[in-house]
Amino acid sequence: MEQLVQPAEETLIGHGHHSRRLQLKTIPFILLSIVLGPLGNVLLGKGMKSVGSLRLVHPSDILLFAERTFTTPWLWLAVCCFLAFFLVHMLLLTWADYSYVQPATALAYATVALLSWLLLGENVSLLRWSGIAVICFGVLIVGRTSPKTTGAA
Amino acid sequence: MLQVILFFFIVVAGTGGELCVSRAMKSIGEIHDFRPQSLLRFVWRALHLGWMWAGIGLLSLGFFSLVGILSFDEVSFVVPFSALSYLAGAIGARVLLGERITRSRWLGIATVTVGVVLVWWSKR
Repeated sequence: MEQLVQPAEETLIGHGHHSRRLQLKTIPFILLSIVLGPLGNVLLGKGMKSVGSLRLVHPSDILLFAERTFTTPWLWLAVCCFLAFFLVHMLLLTWADYSYVQPATALAYATVALLSWLLLGENVSLLRWSGIAVICFGVLIVGRTSPKTTGAA
Repeated sequence: MLQVILFFFIVVAGTGGELCVSRAMKSIGEIHDFRPQSLLRFVWRALHLGWMWAGIGLLSLGFFSLVGILSFDEVSFVVPFSALSYLAGAIGARVLLGERITRSRWLGIATVTVGVVLVWWSKR
């Protein structure tokens, strides 16, 4: 009887340890991703405002716009942030479920508003802040649902 | 009109791209080794997957649409508005993959959509 119980306990302890180890690894990666993504968006916003508004009156407009866009240093800084974000996100997805990662990064919506107010001086109204808070709350509700709803469990 | 087209690509191509990348990553499996040469090997392996390239193509389309829209719209408006991808993702999963979306998940998605409407309202 003892022999039968022991392996089961070991498996449980082993599972708990594995789960804690995964959480310790996952949290810093999620924090990194909720800063890197929004920072990339804000740097891109800064660069694109210096390029000027996209207008598609003539087909050559798009070439001119592309040329001005690709010669903006802010764009390349933003691309660096996005690449770093993408690498962190890819690494996360090798061990964590997409349905776990997506809600955990809900705070990125708040970070992006905070950074665009701080770094770009955008006027984020109370109504917009409320909308962003509601979005974060909604993403959290989605995250609390079962990750698998098709096929056998 | 241009704003609507660009938002469409940000939401639909962005969501599709993420799902493709997620599928590619799952086929590689969990990463334990974070040394630079192992990370490079991981990227190299990922670049040999068809799903990865489909994901990169769709994410690029979403990215260039974001570049275009940020030339005339505020970051604090565009990024929260793109949370509409939750609604697009659920509809896509329901229609294309036949996934069953639970009532509580619809509630979350509806809440996100209410938030997006508030953000859109803040622009008017």
